[in-house]
Amino acid sequence: MNQNISAQKYWKINLKYLSILLFIWFISSFGLGVFFVDALNNFNIGGFPLGFWFAQQGSIYIFVVLIFTYVFLMNRLDKRFGFED
Amino acid sequence: MSVQVWTYIIVGITFALYIGIAIWSKAGSTKDFYVAGGGVSPLANGMATAADWMSAASFISMAGIISFTGYDGSVYLMGWTGGYVLLALLLAPYLRKFGKFTVPDFIGDRYYSDTARIVAVVCALLVSFTYVAGQMRGVGVVFSRFLEVDINTGVIIGMIIVLFYAVLGGMKGITYTQVAQYCVLIFAFMVPAIFISIQMTGNPIPQLGMGDTLNDGSGVYLLEKLNGLSTELGFNEYTEGSKDMIDILAITLALMVGTAGLPHVIVRFFTVKKVKDARKSAGLALLLIAILYTTAPAVAVFARVNLIETVSDKSYDGMPEWFKNWEKTGLLKFEDKNLDGKVQYVADPKINELNVDRDIMVLANPEIANLPAWVIALVAAGCLAAALSTAAGLLLVISASVSHDLIKKIFVPTISEKGELLAARLSAVLAVCVAGYFGINPPGFVAAVVALAFGLAAASLFPAIILGIFYKRMNKEGAVSGMVVGILLMLFYMAKFKLGWLGDTPPASEWWFGISPEGFGSVAMVVNFIVSLTVCRFTAAPPQEVQEIVENIRIPSGVNTPSVNH
Repeated sequence: MNQNISAQKYWKINLKYLSILLFIWFISSFGLGVFFVDALNNFNIGGFPLGFWFAQQGSIYIFVVLIFTYVFLMNRLDKRFGFED
Repeated sequence: MSVQVWTYIIVGITFALYIGIAIWSKAGSTKDFYVAGGGVSPLANGMATAADWMSAASFISMAGIISFTGYDGSVYLMGWTGGYVLLALLLAPYLRKFGKFTVPDFIGDRYYSDTARIVAVVCALLVSFTYVAGQMRGVGVVFSRFLEVDINTGVIIGMIIVLFYAVLGGMKGITYTQVAQYCVLIFAFMVPAIFISIQMTGNPIPQLGMGDTLNDGSGVYLLEKLNGLSTELGFNEYTEGSKDMIDILAITLALMVGTAGLPHVIVRFFTVKKVKDARKSAGLALLLIAILYTTAPAVAVFARVNLIETVSDKSYDGMPEWFKNWEKTGLLKFEDKNLDGKVQYVADPKINELNVDRDIMVLANPEIANLPAWVIALVAAGCLAAALSTAAGLLLVISASVSHDLIKKIFVPTISEKGELLAARLSAVLAVCVAGYFGINPPGFVAAVVALAFGLAAASLFPAIILGIFYKRMNKEGAVSGMVVGILLMLFYMAKFKLGWLGDTPPASEWWFGISPEGFGSVAMVVNFIVSLTVCRFTAAPPQEVQEIVENIRIPSGVNTPSVNH
């Protein structure tokens, strides 16, 4: 039973991590790269219009960071609950 | 030395390497054959996944498409990388914990039904076959252009190589050849990109060179110059889009979800030891993919500027050698409409005199930039590595679907381990032959359908897997009806708006919600979810032991390696 309760707690925290990270995933691609692209293109970084940069470069960097953040968070969580495999 | 001699040398060395690895990593059991024994390290799996994933389309076509579409090409960049976030967060760890061999394995067990299993097999086969034919064709094109053999001979040589290591080594052979192929293809993609970046901007990092100032001391940014050149010739500004936003959103989403639903990508995560490793190797895979995917838009810009500057308004007689070489292949066409002896390359199709196939941009790029012969040969070898690694991964999915999901799980459950391994090898041979046949006689719709394979995966497998993990109450009735409705809807839309199988193809103005066939996978996916959830509400909950399976795959501990006798 105890195992059961902690499994549910673990799952809840996992779902919280997932929603936060997927929210960032959504904003960085569909938000900055598509919805707001015209507005962002009024700004430049170096020779890049900002929205264009997010669509062709920035979003991809953010995706990589997101996965490794998840790996870090989940490894920590596994340890906390003793669920390491 | 000439390009051709260099190509023979470099392609010869890489092929010898792949065959050597195949002999070294021969599969001894079905577990070896399906999941490489289940003990692949996260880094090796990351590299293999990256090579598996990056096909001839990523290597050759993508930069070319972006080169001609500018901002609109971003859908491929975001779509084909963003899918890995979904894969790493929503699928890979749980499927690894589940610990079986194939995607239909998961669907069949989770939905306690052979009907679900068969529907999943059909979806997996449909997705994989549409995808693999394009790869064999890519192999043929490279052979014919760089080694000057007949396209068909090229396809057959490619078939023999893949046959050799896929049939002998199964997943184990494929995994380690894919590691080598990743190294070959990324090196081949980066070397010319770095050379050209230095040539044009003085910046050795292409990702930064793309946004840097030109090397000529004018202080003008490269993208600014390209926008100028584009508008001058009547094209859109390169950094501005021309597609409807709704379509951009739909295509990006369909590619992301489709990527996460592709059986040959998912199955790679069955090969690592632990749940932890599955997460990590998804991250590594995306990192390794991102190296190519962030360089491709830079290559696109360089190639576009170089092309315009080399050909626009220049005399036809003075065209460099590569121009004539590609003309011979028919992938580059010049027609002197106003008979002034010069090349007019403009947006208006009435006066435009030059047609460039987008697939040649990456292959011709080193020649356009006057790079040494060995770099051009390297690009050819890289392209072959990209095509062969993806083809091998797909063939394995096809053979496992037949030998494991159909023969072992449904038709002959009593088959011995040895018999199943033999069946797996034979179905791999059969799959290679079918793929080769389509490579030699491409049905007109193959090229169009490859992009749609993502829509099919998004519309069918992705929702069934996600619901299977995240919704305990999901039952077989819901999942099966969702998959069937999703894939049929997607097939119908493709047939009507892309393939013209139902009378004339209607114009874009008649697209539902303004969404193109490429993006329609998103809609079909949503429909799949709605149908699944609705049907599930009105039918019985899954049995207790299935609900326990779901609880079990949600926590990483106690992972069981795929057993032979399940």
